[in-house]
Amino acid sequence: MRWVGRPLPRYEDPVLLRGRGRYTADLAQSARILRFVRSPLARGNILAVSSPPDVPIITPAVLGDVKPICPRLDRPDYVPVAQPILADERVTYVGEPIAAVIAGTAAEAEDLAEQVTIEIEAETPVVTLDQALAPGAPLVHDIAPRNTLIDARFETPGIAAALAAAHQLIEFTFTSGRQSAVPLEARTAVAAFDAATGRVTLSASTQMPHLLRTGIADVLGIAESELRVIAPEVGGGFGQKMALIPEYVVAVWAARHFACTVAWIEDRLENLTASFHARDQRVHLRGAFDADGSLLAIDADIQCNVGAYSNFPATCGVEPLMALADMPGPYRVPEYRARARGVASNTCPMAPYRGVSRPVITAAVERLMDCAAARLGLDVLAIRRRNLTADFPHTSVTGVVQDAGSYREAMEAAARVVDFAEFRARQQTARADGRWLGLGISVFAERTGPGSPAFAARRMVITPGFERVELAMDPSGFLEARIGSSPHGQGLKTSLAQLIADEIGVVPSAIRVVAGDTDRSPYGWGTFASRSLVIAGGACKLAAATLRERLQTVASQILEAAASDIEISDGRAFVRGTDLGVEVCQLARTAYHQSHRFPAIAETGLSAVATYDPYGTFSNACHIAVVEVDVATGQVTIERFVVVEDAGRLINPMIVDGQVHGGVAQGIANALYEQVVYDDGGNILTGSLADYLVPTMAEIPEIEIHHLETLTEASITGAKGVGEGGTIGAPAAVLNAVSDALAPFGVGIFEMPITPQRILQLLRKAGCTASSSVAPLAGRGSG
Amino acid sequence: MRSKPFTLSCARATFYDRDMSDKYDITFTVNGDKRTIRVEPRRSLADALREDCGLTGTHLGCEHGVCGACTVLIDDQPVRSCLMFAVQAEGTRVRTVEGLAIGDKLHPLQQAFWDHHGLQCGFCTPGFLMLAVGILERRPDIAEPELREALSSNLCRCTGYQNILKSVLAAAAEMRK
Repeated sequence: MRWVGRPLPRYEDPVLLRGRGRYTADLAQSARILRFVRSPLARGNILAVSSPPDVPIITPAVLGDVKPICPRLDRPDYVPVAQPILADERVTYVGEPIAAVIAGTAAEAEDLAEQVTIEIEAETPVVTLDQALAPGAPLVHDIAPRNTLIDARFETPGIAAALAAAHQLIEFTFTSGRQSAVPLEARTAVAAFDAATGRVTLSASTQMPHLLRTGIADVLGIAESELRVIAPEVGGGFGQKMALIPEYVVAVWAARHFACTVAWIEDRLENLTASFHARDQRVHLRGAFDADGSLLAIDADIQCNVGAYSNFPATCGVEPLMALADMPGPYRVPEYRARARGVASNTCPMAPYRGVSRPVITAAVERLMDCAAARLGLDVLAIRRRNLTADFPHTSVTGVVQDAGSYREAMEAAARVVDFAEFRARQQTARADGRWLGLGISVFAERTGPGSPAFAARRMVITPGFERVELAMDPSGFLEARIGSSPHGQGLKTSLAQLIADEIGVVPSAIRVVAGDTDRSPYGWGTFASRSLVIAGGACKLAAATLRERLQTVASQILEAAASDIEISDGRAFVRGTDLGVEVCQLARTAYHQSHRFPAIAETGLSAVATYDPYGTFSNACHIAVVEVDVATGQVTIERFVVVEDAGRLINPMIVDGQVHGGVAQGIANALYEQVVYDDGGNILTGSLADYLVPTMAEIPEIEIHHLETLTEASITGAKGVGEGGTIGAPAAVLNAVSDALAPFGVGIFEMPITPQRILQLLRKAGCTASSSVAPLAGRGSG
Repeated sequence: MRSKPFTLSCARATFYDRDMSDKYDITFTVNGDKRTIRVEPRRSLADALREDCGLTGTHLGCEHGVCGACTVLIDDQPVRSCLMFAVQAEGTRVRTVEGLAIGDKLHPLQQAFWDHHGLQCGFCTPGFLMLAVGILERRPDIAEPELREALSSNLCRCTGYQNILKSVLAAAAEMRK
């Protein structure tokens, strides 16, 4: 029986459904509670921090020689800035931790924190990109002139000529608002000191336990072996939990210093204000086209507001550098020039967030395609057909190698599903009734499962990439796969069990996947960048193949046949073409308990270790959104959302669809709803989930998914990554759809989120005051 | 700037001294068991369930009544347990996710969430399960648009709600049998 390709219900689920899953806060029962005192101001000098005599506080002086967090890139266009664990002389954003208190309960800790007095000499903060980049702007860090932490450039020799020769030059600035990843479980840590060993076990809601161990050990100046990091059940991460944070450092420090168990449970206000943010980018784009719609050149100025500090280990270069390298996406771009900057401001620092820059660059480039189509009188499919890459492997203008994909096929399939002609007819009829429907398309190629070459190209000093798997069969024939990846809701354990089961010939229920514990798992990089199924999955396949050979060796001796004649299937090893066989559990018992009979596997026994570090593979998809815009209220309703996804071989189609669903929902949120809003003083106005609008079931439409399966050689399992695609493609589809709906009013959308208020502003600016008084341009069908 | 010398010791008493007299006994039924716990008046029901009753299946996602991860049933009504004081639960009948399954047999909603991939990280799941139980017990024939509206009380960040809706519809059909 084959297990890959089946929608196997997840092994992860029963414990979670029964309410028995142990998330980090569930482990805090006997812990003392750590509470941070945070800066109420965005910028200024700290004059004094004080508290009543009976309220002891942890301050930078108390922390002593704990080092700051200093993420590094090995490149001259990057300025490394050091983030103190607790703000010492200056505060640089609202919510920055300044001091900490410890109490018996969370309520008591809050009471204590309120008794801490902070005196700050306030200064006017730089909050926006414009403020930070203005000539003479105050510097967030003295060592970073023009508030620029990274300033990367790329240029092909023929760019100027291509721009000059263009038949059409389309130019606009596209802006994405600032988002928060909002995992439903906020960040949490329980640090427990063990008096017997002197070690601390840190349970933390993290996507990268090994990197956390490395980072904390480095700033505390201890050996990594003094620290064990466990990621128990993790209630979502989406990138926000793939960085080292000062709060975890203080928790471990306090556990060691006071020889006790300390817990920090972030509340939602802290999470929305002082956990990492994302996006807050703008792309000034110029696209040169010839008369038949061929894209000749892209010229992009990418600006990312990265907040007050860089994140460890990805650095604040993660968004601008990915945007710079991956801007061409699925298209052939002969000439390309880009400048990508990460700009510091007195706002919450940024971490990677699902999609990493590609939701923004995809939206910008897809808007470019629609604008060019309109200008040239082409339909939106025709212009894409002309420019989509069709020959693979394709080396992009920036040198990125894109493996086999189905860029055009996915688009054609999506167009067939939606039936453009039928929609255009319906759109015309609706317009006559004063209803404004729109259709938007988004085509993208998405780098997934990048190995160390991809990160090395970015020149990360800490270069992620490989994954290692240790696979072992116990004497009862059960398998344990210990992985360095750290899943947190993706169902990875089930998917990997399916892969291993097929490779060896056992049932997946006989496989336990162990992850998220630095004492139990090999060093690995965690779960991010749509990498775990591709890379940990590849390592699992390699290790399983080796272990199968070892089982065949044992079986061949027991069954007195050639190893090459041994087949293993459904938990039984047998001589091919005969009924002579032995159960794998019996085989395992014999291998352990009569090991003297099997010198060939004396060194390894029934275990295998494998490492996989691929270049990376590109998933691709086409999203189509059909929307209706109420021009009286600005309300956008998504009528239909179609995804044609190519993630290579589907290991567990049910899990793949779930990843796409969740990704699309977050992309729709980016397009229509979510925005972190700061006032001029750098105060966050969206500090609750009543203000920061995570969409509910009422806002997210049915998401219709179709699959193509291009079997790439770039991934040894054939599987491509699928964690981020939904988030990358959805904003462009929605924005193109809203633009299509509002085309009769001469309104195009170049920003997100496109809220009802913004739509009404744009309509007013275009001279339209209400639906009854609008005089739309002549009917136009762009597709 | 430097703060005063640090003298915090590890003895619990030095962290914070609190007047124990302002705690109250409350008695209520939790998942069928009658329990008496002693709590401060300011203690939320969610904290009381998690910390005083050891029922950590009820999760806290926002503590301001928006996300619904902490939803439990009080006398069969879905309630945000982060917005209710424990003392207000005096004399009530509380049901949490831990009380849904009977031995090895999952509640039809739990089974449907499993079958239809209605959860990913699982953090919002107990709240959605209790919300859905509350809805379906009162309105077993609830139509999809109304169900969608009712389930929009709670937030999920992983599933895009697709399979939550599918799971609840499947469970509703099963429960009507």
